[in-house]
Amino acid sequence: MAAIAKSSFRKTKTKNAVLPYLYLLPAFLIMGVITFYPLIYQVIISFTNFETTHLLLGLKSPDLRFIGLQNYIDIFTAALPVENFNFFRVLEFNFWWALSNVILHVPAGVLIATLLNAEGLWFKRIYRAVYILPVVVPPLVVATVWTNIFDERYGAMNQLLTNISAAFLGNADPIYIRWFEDVKPPIPGFLPGAPLTLAYYAMMVANFWLGWPFMSVVATGALQSIPKDLYEAASIDGATPVQQFWGITVPLLRPAMIPAAVYGFTLSFNLFNFVFFMSGGGPARSTELLVTFAYNLVRNLRWYGVAAAFAVIIFGVALIVFLITNRITRATQNYMEA
Amino acid sequence: MAVNPQSTKNMFVRIMNINTSGQTAGRSLPLWKQLVFQLIALIILASVMFPIMYIVTLSFSSITTRPSKLELFPKEISFVAYRQVLDRPTGNPVTFIELLRNSFMLSMGVGAAALVIAVTAAYAFSRFKFKMREVLMILVFIPLLMPAVGLSTPLYLLLNQVQVKECKSGETAILPFTECSDGGKGKLQFNLRDSLLGVGIAMTASALPFAVWNLKGYLDTIPRELEEAAAIDGADANQTFWQIVIPLAVPQLAVTFFLGFIGHWQEFVLTWLFLSQPKDYTLAMTLYNMTGQYANSIPWNRFAAMAVIVALPVAIVYIGLQKQIVGGLTTGGVKG
Repeated sequence: MAAIAKSSFRKTKTKNAVLPYLYLLPAFLIMGVITFYPLIYQVIISFTNFETTHLLLGLKSPDLRFIGLQNYIDIFTAALPVENFNFFRVLEFNFWWALSNVILHVPAGVLIATLLNAEGLWFKRIYRAVYILPVVVPPLVVATVWTNIFDERYGAMNQLLTNISAAFLGNADPIYIRWFEDVKPPIPGFLPGAPLTLAYYAMMVANFWLGWPFMSVVATGALQSIPKDLYEAASIDGATPVQQFWGITVPLLRPAMIPAAVYGFTLSFNLFNFVFFMSGGGPARSTELLVTFAYNLVRNLRWYGVAAAFAVIIFGVALIVFLITNRITRATQNYMEA
Repeated sequence: MAVNPQSTKNMFVRIMNINTSGQTAGRSLPLWKQLVFQLIALIILASVMFPIMYIVTLSFSSITTRPSKLELFPKEISFVAYRQVLDRPTGNPVTFIELLRNSFMLSMGVGAAALVIAVTAAYAFSRFKFKMREVLMILVFIPLLMPAVGLSTPLYLLLNQVQVKECKSGETAILPFTECSDGGKGKLQFNLRDSLLGVGIAMTASALPFAVWNLKGYLDTIPRELEEAAAIDGADANQTFWQIVIPLAVPQLAVTFFLGFIGHWQEFVLTWLFLSQPKDYTLAMTLYNMTGQYANSIPWNRFAAMAVIVALPVAIVYIGLQKQIVGGLTTGGVKG
């Protein structure tokens, strides 16, 4: 009896030791072929001169040469025969683009959520229902619509500016701002090393429209979980609304907003659709992101070896970004627990 | 997120997180403050509605020339642009139904495939302790760091090597597994890279790790009591998985599926890179074809109608699942 029990126990134990791997098997088999193998393949061809002529035979092509770190060196030293390309300028702009977006979206989202949270505000429901709309529209459509809005001759933005200037300045001349062509930065020296052209500001406007409502949704949820007595106690103690905002609202929103900000940063950092659709990285590659340049390398220039090296570099950047943001969120978690 | 106890409230009210309990009493705003707040709220309202009204107005217009002055309210409700887009969306010989079918097949197919393949792996990571667990989890996490563009080069090259050719001798060769016996080039019949199937595979490459992590995060939040009770009653791990965990996880499976759907409905990077034949085009690609540098040859009312059509399915899904999606994304964002 005891022996039977023991043997069946052992049987289930060995079965349980194999079971998790069986459960993992389908996903890992498929990822092995379509995810991990391509990732390794990418690293290999990043050391080669892979071009269109090697498309059919791949690594078996007779004239495919291993050129060591040449692709990487070319990218870092701006030795690629591409006009206006400088890796470190693109990198700087990419970080600034993501950072400046989040810096605007998060406070705007919080402030607007606070405004809508004011007790007794009329039409609250209508405002909340409308303010959510940008989150609901797919970013791809947002990007295409704003591309046409910023059209130089027929776009709504220049027409709006024309209307405003006619109404307030009495100047009826139509305004034609060349949003995506003007290479001269409107505020010189704003970001040293990477001049910000009008295209950057146009995309900031479009992405602001898309970005703050999401932050506002997150902030609204967090605001509603703050107990009302805190504010009552504070106002009895004589705290002004501004003091209450900084003393109660902001610290209690932090645990919800930091992860949202991190998410927004990562999203903006790789925001392909906006940049590709609106400015195409131009003018003079001043608004190029790492992802849009990588796309150019594959689709237009067809330098697959260089593109692979560039993707490996992007991976490295993404890893660094992740380690930093992960640290920030961890720090907030500790803050919450403390 | 505040949890709303009354699940019977209508969906819209719940989504918008609106306080319908009538507890607005207490301090009310002084009138001057109310007016200032209303003014600010109205300005924000106008800025949010500006592009939406612009594009909706444009889509209901019958004027095919490009807009010469700003109009934000429809003067006419004409469905000409919609009819034209549905009839013949682009200059290419491809019908709207085909574009729609391609978009749906890609986004639903990738969403479903990733879900089905990922669910058991997510369960294993969530519930079992085993050797190499940490290493394997990091392995699944690594591709998530790579933006979609970053994986496009090797996928392009590898999928491009899978081709079906008709040889001169009449036989068919499937590269890279078989080749024409005469070594000749043969006639290209099918290139996996230049097909919806190939794009679907490429999309699944990054959708799969995401689905594993997203589902694991959710399974972690399901209490284990039920499973333990089932185990005491003699259910083995497989039974527990299929009969307890899967039914409990259905809501999150749906959310993961729809996240995949939303994400790939507007997928542009891989489709635009891989596909060259108009019959394979998706709605997102068509919309791009009507924008910016191409906008000069396409009447803007048609572009506007197309934008509305592409936006609608996602908007509907999003409104239905907004709470889960926002919650899932923020927690998912932390975990990567």
